[in-house]
Amino acid sequence: MNFDLAAFRAEFAFFDQNPDWVYLDNAATMHKPAAVVAAETEFYQKFNANVHRGAHQLSQQATQLFEQSRDTVAAYVNARSREEIIWCSGATAALNQLAFGLMGSVLQPGDRVLISAMEHHANIVPWQFHCQQHGVQLDVIPLTVNHQLDLAEFKRLLALKPKVVSVTQVSNVLGHIQPVAEMVQLAKAAGALTIIDGAQGVLLQQPDMQQLDCDFYVFSGHKIYGPTGIGVLYGRQETLELLKPLLYGGEMIQQVSFSGTTLNQLPYRLEAGTPNIAGAVGLAAALRWLQQWDQSAIALHKQQLLKQLYEGLAQLPGIELLSQSSKNAGIIAFNIEGEHHSDVAALLDQQQIAVRAGSHCAMPLFAAMHKNGAVRLSLAPYNTEQEIVRTLLAIKQVLEILHG
Amino acid sequence: MSNLTLLMSQTEQALQNIKQQQLPLLTQTTDWQSKYRILMQLGKGLPSFSPELQRDELLIAGCDSKAWLLHEFDQDSSRHYWAFDSEARIIKGLVTLALCQLNGLSASELTQINFQQLFALQGLQQNLSPSRQNGLHAVIKTLSMQAGLLD
Ligand SMILES: Cc1ncc(COP(=O)(O)O)c(C=O)c1O
Repeated sequence: MNFDLAAFRAEFAFFDQNPDWVYLDNAATMHKPAAVVAAETEFYQKFNANVHRGAHQLSQQATQLFEQSRDTVAAYVNARSREEIIWCSGATAALNQLAFGLMGSVLQPGDRVLISAMEHHANIVPWQFHCQQHGVQLDVIPLTVNHQLDLAEFKRLLALKPKVVSVTQVSNVLGHIQPVAEMVQLAKAAGALTIIDGAQGVLLQQPDMQQLDCDFYVFSGHKIYGPTGIGVLYGRQETLELLKPLLYGGEMIQQVSFSGTTLNQLPYRLEAGTPNIAGAVGLAAALRWLQQWDQSAIALHKQQLLKQLYEGLAQLPGIELLSQSSKNAGIIAFNIEGEHHSDVAALLDQQQIAVRAGSHCAMPLFAAMHKNGAVRLSLAPYNTEQEIVRTLLAIKQVLEILHG
Repeated sequence: MSNLTLLMSQTEQALQNIKQQQLPLLTQTTDWQSKYRILMQLGKGLPSFSPELQRDELLIAGCDSKAWLLHEFDQDSSRHYWAFDSEARIIKGLVTLALCQLNGLSASELTQINFQQLFALQGLQQNLSPSRQNGLHAVIKTLSMQAGLLD
């Protein structure tokens, strides 16, 4: 199958509404195809009701749609069962549930947790906070000079027998793809539970939980063409059972009296309160929609854009590239020598190129690179060759203004 | 003279020069590229803070770049003075532009200033949209607080 870029892009009404913009902030959030918007709208218009509770058929219908969406996600990530899919509001919520939920049940005072210097704050701060409260030691895998995870150090830190290893699949700043499959195997061999932050990695290729064999995998819907406010915490059933719920109330409870409460079964045990029903339906629609396209053709197109952008940037004077182009998920972080990233971003914004600048919720990564920030260009398959040309011209213009 | 007093007087001096020489250029140019160039030139004219004056307590919170604002109320003349520095050039230029209009005013004169209109005159509103500038709002808010205009 060939990739029909025009047809693919035509699925996104956003671009008709904003024809003058080049959107290169896809790592922050992606645009939504018509199928997703339609699924959410249709849910509200035709099926709106609360799930798991109404005595009426409407509620049963809504519940069915909601649970079918769970099945869609379970099939998409090749989970062993639907019980392994927990809905949450996004990667941040999932990582908070994990850090909170493993304390005490798995992690005891004196135990160790291992993360990396490349993590998003969402995979740092919950650990920092709960580890400190529980007397758990937090260790950090450092970077190599090429801004990759230092695997030799990783192995050395594994020898300290961490109980939990939590790492990102792709750096949200640099785009660098991490060898998570290998890391999961090493961590398991060392006896650790493994968590993969798939927020940026879920789009690389269809994730296969049985093959990757991690204990937990988290991602946000809005970074894979889906709605905001919905995300997934995947876990093996045995390890999900270990989690203390972060939130209590609603359908997660089986029996309540003032002498005690019994909790419901998985997956409901970890889904307190009314869930984001339309969001779940929208995310399932996003995954179904995505599967209609030739994945390797999409990936190839994105890699071509990355190459074009990377090579174009490398040819401009005074550009400092923080990202490497190989094993890159489609993100380039750069600076203009001697200039502040916020000036570069403002001058690009002026030219209607949407980028992100700053430390991108990854301050420890910037500390490790001895930088105080960068401009980030993040690509999606709906971006075009012409948009890259326009972006490179815009950056040239920025150079002229700053140096002129 | 202390470092601080020196900085305040150099800043005031620089603002006078900028007002006479560069500000008219900003009003005359129409294309956004030249406006930005001049704006950044303007900021360059404002003295930088020496490392010992780049104190954390002078940092403006909510700015993308590090930005320091120093305020002084001259008891004798009852006038407000500021000095400003930032790692980023556009924000420095914009604040310089604001200080061109605010530095050395008395409290009652400051109450007459429309802070929303600080950037309107130079035609920046149309082609630079300063309101989109990250952190500018935080600087202007701190300034107005120091001038006693906000609690
Ligand atoms: C690697 C990584 N982890 C976690 C997150 C948090 O995702 P969310 O804000 O959707 O919860 C992000 C978002 O930028 C991310 O890039």
